[in-house]
Amino acid sequence: MLPRDLKPEHFAAYPAQAKALMIAHLDAIRELPLSFLPSLLREAIEYDFKFPAERSAIERELANISSLSHSQSIEWFHGFTQLSLSPALERSDWINLPAQFVEQEAAYLWSTHQLDAFRKAASEYGLRLAAAARPDPIPIRRWGIAIIGQGAPPYEGVLFRNLRKHGTYFGRVKPDNGLALLLSAANERAKLHPAPYAHWYVDGGQSAEHSSALTCVSYKELEPTRAVLLNYIQTEIKRPGMGPEELRTHLAKLTPADLGLSGDPVLGRFQVKLLTEGSGTQIFSTTFAQWTAREALRRAEALTLVVRFAPRQKQRPMNELLSNASSKIELDYVGSLIDADMGSYYHWINQQRLPGFEQSSFLVWLEGQSQAIAIAPSLPRGAESNSEIDVAKLISLVVG
Amino acid sequence: MERSRFSLGCESIAHSALGSSEIARQLSRSRREFLRDAAGVALGTALMSASPFVRAESARKKRKVIVITFGGGARDQETFAPEGQENIPRLLHELAPQSSFFTHVTNQGILGHYVATASLATGVYETLNNFSAVPPGHPTVFEYFRKDLKRPSSDAWVVAPSNGFNRIGESECRPYGPGQGARVILPKHLLSAATTGSITDYEHLLRDNYETPLYAPQIAGSEVELQQLEMILKLSVDDFTSHARTLSSPDELSVFIAKRLMQEEAPSLLWITMHDIDIAHSGAYSLYVDAIRRTDRLCADLWKAVQANPEYAGNTTLFILPDFGRDSDYDAGGNGFQHHRTGDAASRTTWMMALGTGVRQGVVYDDPMQSIDLVPSLGAIMGFSPNQSQGKPIRELL
Repeated sequence: MLPRDLKPEHFAAYPAQAKALMIAHLDAIRELPLSFLPSLLREAIEYDFKFPAERSAIERELANISSLSHSQSIEWFHGFTQLSLSPALERSDWINLPAQFVEQEAAYLWSTHQLDAFRKAASEYGLRLAAAARPDPIPIRRWGIAIIGQGAPPYEGVLFRNLRKHGTYFGRVKPDNGLALLLSAANERAKLHPAPYAHWYVDGGQSAEHSSALTCVSYKELEPTRAVLLNYIQTEIKRPGMGPEELRTHLAKLTPADLGLSGDPVLGRFQVKLLTEGSGTQIFSTTFAQWTAREALRRAEALTLVVRFAPRQKQRPMNELLSNASSKIELDYVGSLIDADMGSYYHWINQQRLPGFEQSSFLVWLEGQSQAIAIAPSLPRGAESNSEIDVAKLISLVVG
Repeated sequence: MERSRFSLGCESIAHSALGSSEIARQLSRSRREFLRDAAGVALGTALMSASPFVRAESARKKRKVIVITFGGGARDQETFAPEGQENIPRLLHELAPQSSFFTHVTNQGILGHYVATASLATGVYETLNNFSAVPPGHPTVFEYFRKDLKRPSSDAWVVAPSNGFNRIGESECRPYGPGQGARVILPKHLLSAATTGSITDYEHLLRDNYETPLYAPQIAGSEVELQQLEMILKLSVDDFTSHARTLSSPDELSVFIAKRLMQEEAPSLLWITMHDIDIAHSGAYSLYVDAIRRTDRLCADLWKAVQANPEYAGNTTLFILPDFGRDSDYDAGGNGFQHHRTGDAASRTTWMMALGTGVRQGVVYDDPMQSIDLVPSLGAIMGFSPNQSQGKPIRELL
């Protein structure tokens, strides 16, 4: 089946709001090439459980596609129409299983050496879309806070190596009450600019006391969920015929209820995806914190994002890590600090991919110790400060 | 910077102002500059006139070649860029000054470790399922080598991690195929067989398949492996397990086995696939960097073993190359060092180091080459004809 054959009843299995959205734009999406459409459906089918920023992005994109004339549509999607897909892909249930289609399409494009052509087509489309369907301005400057090195001994190496050239390094930070002050500052922003899923606190361990105005995800609180998931994986991989791709397909079908999560369905789905799509998030808390930060920015476009890294367990054989069997977990404090240092760099990069990046601010603090780096439009780049400074003053320098 | 919704399975879009080919050229130029500064090597284009290779048949008969794939792919910023050079002191200061260094090697194929290693070994961009234990779709370098030069099976060996690599030694293509290729040794299987029922002390050596961390198939050894241990490697189970206890990673185990093979079998074509660096898929940066440092050390140790072995000293050419790179920090669809899934220039553009017999020392070459050029180059050096390979011999090595 091809997009031109689409009818409203084909979306019968979609959640209510997603179905209404697809039917409203049916004429336009019938015009889209098969090499493109399932990637849009993969997002749209989850519309009912998406964050507000994602919903807006889907709506803007569909509105833009609907506004294109026939000749514009040909021009916009020319690169995609040049790609050839297999009959098996055309026959697959790409309407109801768009994510699986996209995975299979990827494998097919790789194997037929069409991946670069796809990348080019998608890149050009992305640039056109960004220019044509601009999001609304954000209400406040975005602020990212990374707190690294929890419990780490004094570190001999150089920290913030990737970020130093972008901001000002502080080597004499007074750490007193630093974590509480940072969470309080995040909370103040959430109160002044309330919006669902706009202000986040991610903790790689046990979350500290925080306001309910912050959307919180923590590794420790997801421990029962991770245990259920790892048990599920252990059971699945013992089944005859199970391989990595089959396992991935099974994991993609898991719901919050399957993993024992209840409450907010949007956040629940987000957490399930963190654990089922993120590589290493199930076993290493530093990876979990980094990936959660990436996804909170990419998907929810967080205006405030506090990420506190915690020490991860030491490396053990993968089979043992996945079995979750060991009773005594040893922690790797220095390794975790290095992981978190890189994770904070990725936090900043992901923040800079979002609208308003020119005005955004970023702060990384070595928890309980004296080093920090601050990036803000008002602060010099590649500079060092030798003055003593407390965390409150540091906050005011960054977002004051 | 832009961000993109597109993520084709694992692929993505780099919204860069530069095209992929220009990024690849920049990577290549940077590697050259870094090497010139750090290792004092010269630019190769000025040295193209006289070939150092001795083409006599007698020399070819004694010629030995070792290929090391630099375990799982590592990026410049953790290796040859200034900020990464602290991780590869041995490659940089011991091996690079002795080597011809190729700064611009591209892999245009599928970026999965088994399929990419199979492509390296056949000289064709293979399209097999990366996670299946299937043979390469085209004849391997081992089959060409053995058939054309009439060599016994003991003369071509592969030491490999266990993810499907047990089939990498030979294709099913006539007139090559089963029984015509390399013998494959899987050190983890070997250890598993040797420690049946009591693996507690060795679990750190049995780490498997970082590419799909959620799916780690059980490793099982068998009688066949134990026969390899005793008959070929001349190692008792006790000696093997005692030594294994002193090692810290699967790649250390692989190098131990490779050295033992060199000592007992002295194969003329030895292929070692390193794998530790792929721990990057777990997302732990410190473990990735630790693995790079370990691989650096192991490459240098192996070269030292070559010099100390009379069967190899003076007649061996060593090739070290990653099967591919890893994703750039700036590709919106990837997650930096963690994976090699975007197909961006950083994940496709790598390097190759050649050193030893017949190789110009301390020279850097910028001309683009492809990873599938390795097999025809080995053919030209060793005197066999890889007629189905789609690469072409690297002229700087001829």
